[in-house]
Amino acid sequence: MYKILETKNLAKSIYLFRIEAPLIASKARAGQFVVLRVSPKGERIPLTLAEWDPQRGTITIVFMIAGATTCQLSKLKEGDNITDMLGPLGNPTEITNYGTVACVAGGFAIAVIRPVVKALKEAGNRVISIVGVRTRDLLFWEEELRKESDELILTTDDGSYGRKGMVTDPLKELLEGPESINRVIAIGPTVMMKFISLTTKPSGIKTITSLNPIMVDGTGMCGCCRVSVGGETKFACVDGPEFDGHLVDWDELMSRQSTYLDQENHAYKCLTGTGEEHRS
Amino acid sequence: MNKPKINRVEMPRQKADKRKGNFNEVAQGYTHEMAKTEASRCLQCKKYPCIKGCPVNIDIPGFIKAIRDDDLPGAVGVLKKDNILPGICGRVCPQETQCEELCVFNKSGNAIAIGRLERFVADWELKNKDKVKPVAVSRSTGKKVAVVGSGPASLTIAADLARMGHDVTLFEALHTTGGVLIYGIPDFRLPSEIVGEEVDNIKALGVKVELNYLIGTIESVDELLGRFDAVFLGTGAGLPIFMNLPGENLSGVYSANEFLTRVNLMQAYRFPEYHTPVKVGKQVAVIGGGNVAMDAARSALRLGADKVYVVYRRSEAEMPARREEVENAYEEGIEFIFLANPTRFLGDEKKVLKAIECIRMELGEPDSSGRRRPLPVSGSEFTLDVDVAIVALGTNPNPLITSTTPDLKTTRWGTLVCDEDTGRTTCPGVWAGGDVVTGSATVISAMGAARRAAVDIDKYLKGDYIRPGQYWRESKGEEPAE
Ligand SMILES: Cc1cc2nc3c(=O)[nH]c(=O)nc-3n(C[C@H](O)[C@H](O)[C@H](O)COP(=O)(O)OP(=O)(O)OC[C@H]3O[C@@H](n4cnc5c(N)ncnc54)[C@H](O)[C@@H]3O)c2cc1C
Ligand SMILES: Cc1cc2nc3c(=O)[nH]c(=O)nc-3n(C[C@H](O)[C@H](O)[C@H](O)COP(=O)(O)OP(=O)(O)OC[C@H]3O[C@@H](n4cnc5c(N)ncnc54)[C@H](O)[C@@H]3O)c2cc1C
Ligand code: SF4
Ligand code: SF4
Ligand code: FES
Repeated sequence: MYKILETKNLAKSIYLFRIEAPLIASKARAGQFVVLRVSPKGERIPLTLAEWDPQRGTITIVFMIAGATTCQLSKLKEGDNITDMLGPLGNPTEITNYGTVACVAGGFAIAVIRPVVKALKEAGNRVISIVGVRTRDLLFWEEELRKESDELILTTDDGSYGRKGMVTDPLKELLEGPESINRVIAIGPTVMMKFISLTTKPSGIKTITSLNPIMVDGTGMCGCCRVSVGGETKFACVDGPEFDGHLVDWDELMSRQSTYLDQENHAYKCLTGTGEEHRS
Repeated sequence: MNKPKINRVEMPRQKADKRKGNFNEVAQGYTHEMAKTEASRCLQCKKYPCIKGCPVNIDIPGFIKAIRDDDLPGAVGVLKKDNILPGICGRVCPQETQCEELCVFNKSGNAIAIGRLERFVADWELKNKDKVKPVAVSRSTGKKVAVVGSGPASLTIAADLARMGHDVTLFEALHTTGGVLIYGIPDFRLPSEIVGEEVDNIKALGVKVELNYLIGTIESVDELLGRFDAVFLGTGAGLPIFMNLPGENLSGVYSANEFLTRVNLMQAYRFPEYHTPVKVGKQVAVIGGGNVAMDAARSALRLGADKVYVVYRRSEAEMPARREEVENAYEEGIEFIFLANPTRFLGDEKKVLKAIECIRMELGEPDSSGRRRPLPVSGSEFTLDVDVAIVALGTNPNPLITSTTPDLKTTRWGTLVCDEDTGRTTCPGVWAGGDVVTGSATVISAMGAARRAAVDIDKYLKGDYIRPGQYWRESKGEEPAE
């Protein structure tokens, strides 16, 4: 059992949990994730490590309510236990001194790009963070990320804060600007990562994306997480989750992600008893 | 030729039209009367040929005699001496090619139903725990052993080493113990409660279990060697093989491992009470001809598919699946398409599977496995409209451990190089057994390997074995069966 020590509602439908997990905390590196089960009848879902503290033996996850399981998770309180948690899984982000790196995050991924930004800074990079959210209510950790990055650019789809538009707009300007960008790292919704990859493709700047296919075990046993990268099949949980965005078959990934839409909606309705369908 | 006076006693089964709508066990087990009748047929042969067919050498005439003499606690004792998982083996062992094949009555088609009797005794024990003496455990040796995985190989060695007085900890990556027994083999052949009960018996011997613990990632084998006196790897062959065909990653194409894990480990057949979904196609194609393919096909049928095909590239005679399970599948209405092989998966504009294209095959000259090699018949392509396809073409060992333990030598299929008699790997202090050494095989062969390794580890821990890593013979490293 993994005890929840702290819960926070960071923004609309986005939650932070600090959890007791000494073993995971002692091994964690930037870019890795855990697979957890909320209850004995629950499904296994992957969530990225946002923070970890080996001394105190705790890890932090930040998640957005996307359906039944994340909704159920959000209802847990301090002192409650998470039934199962396996990790750290996946390959850590490759960190060296690249020069200047643009780190692009969308939605909940503000939380999970922070360890990457910190590690890149420690390795001597200049880091420009670009964060995009739908609307101002969904923004959190702005000050933290501003301090940790050399520069922070914010966008909202509806223009309620920062620049109006998508993260690809400032990224494009950056690429066309005077400063040379040596690498782009993107984490967030699949469509966003697809368009970032399309944006950087003409210039050929290496673009690393953190893929989020549906997973079951997270150990390389089921093949549920397979993605086509450069025409080869890769298992995101053990070969990834980070891949060269220019080589990923994005449409296939999105198709696989929507395999269970009907059942997920049904599960959400059963859980909330509202008869309402949920899609965020 | 030996001829029995009475024929082999049939075991009651759920009727086909009923069972294809539920996940309850198909085979219902003998009643006490049936077991006694069946046991009375055994000749108690002086040379007990049957025992040679059992990889763990159960005293078969011994436990059958105890059934006949109404001494069921005695029968449990005889079985448990050599097989800590009788309820599982009695259900899933391929008895017809093992113990029963060597029974003197086999030639007349009337072998003693050793597996069914074994199952009967195990099931009786579960209901009568208070009547059975607990297994004796030796005085503690103070030696610590790490056992990686919790499939049949690991469970067996954990029990053996615990009985020898060693301090055993099992490390399992998933959230439940049992390996393939719990995530692969469906409840209608092996109920998870049976696996759970037999695992509890092993825990009662003092074996500790660490779940959610992936060795190779959370802790390396070298790190384990720092805190344990010996390590056993029973990590199985869990990495699914794909064919690298166009369209293989379309939505709707599963590996058998994923499909069965969703249905069994995650209990997707009880969705939404259990939260993991599974896509139930109307038309389903399962590719392969082994036990795994049968299990996937019969699970798909039970989930409500209208039509389930099994596409196999050789003919019926070459199918590696157990005969009994193939017959069950026929009865339930599975349609077999022999001598055909997929060439590509076809999707709609949304990249969702809608059909598979197959090509007809014909059998050529025998290959290294002795079976005739299937060859495509050019121009014979045909399509099969399906919305779910399940690829059941076998598995290889997962490279997580070997890639982080340079001392462990592997074959070109990723299986561990091991001494066959002792299970010693090329890394001192590390033993292995089961599917991780042989590639996909059977429950009982994994258990047999584990028992041999237990004897060797015990010797090592007691100081008899002084040349760690120095003498081992390579296993043959044959190509794993499909
Ligand atoms: C490596 C990795 C890291 C992730 N990190 C985070 C994170 O830090 N924070 C966060 O909010 N989300 C993260 N996700 C996504 C998160 O796992 C899904 O939002 C979650 O599983 C949705 O489950 P649900 O039952 O609440 O919603 P559902 O209604 O079941 O699903 C909503 C959508 O989420 C996806 N999804 C569903 N089940 C799974 C599953 N078992 N595995 C992966 N995706 C699934 C599907 O695309 C689905 O359509 C990550 C995903 C991956 C693969
Ligand atoms: C669907 C199906 C049906 C089958 N039907 C039959 C049958 O009818 N009869 C029969 O005799 N055999 C059958 N088999 C084969 C049989 O189940 C296997 O041969 C047997 O389970 C192998 O046992 P094992 O202990 O070697 O490994 P497994 O049972 O594979 O167990 C390995 C365990 O190790 C864990 N593990 C792996 N890597 C790590 C790691 N790095 N750290 C921690 N844990 C790890 C896995 O999660 C797993 O639990 C079937 C197999 C399948 C898939
Ligand atoms: S364990 Fe398997 S092979 Fe051995 S006697 Fe029992 S059924 Fe036969
Ligand atoms: S060979 Fe058959 S009849 Fe003879 S002892 Fe074994 S089970 Fe009994
Ligand atoms: S999630 Fe099962 S193999 Fe990656």
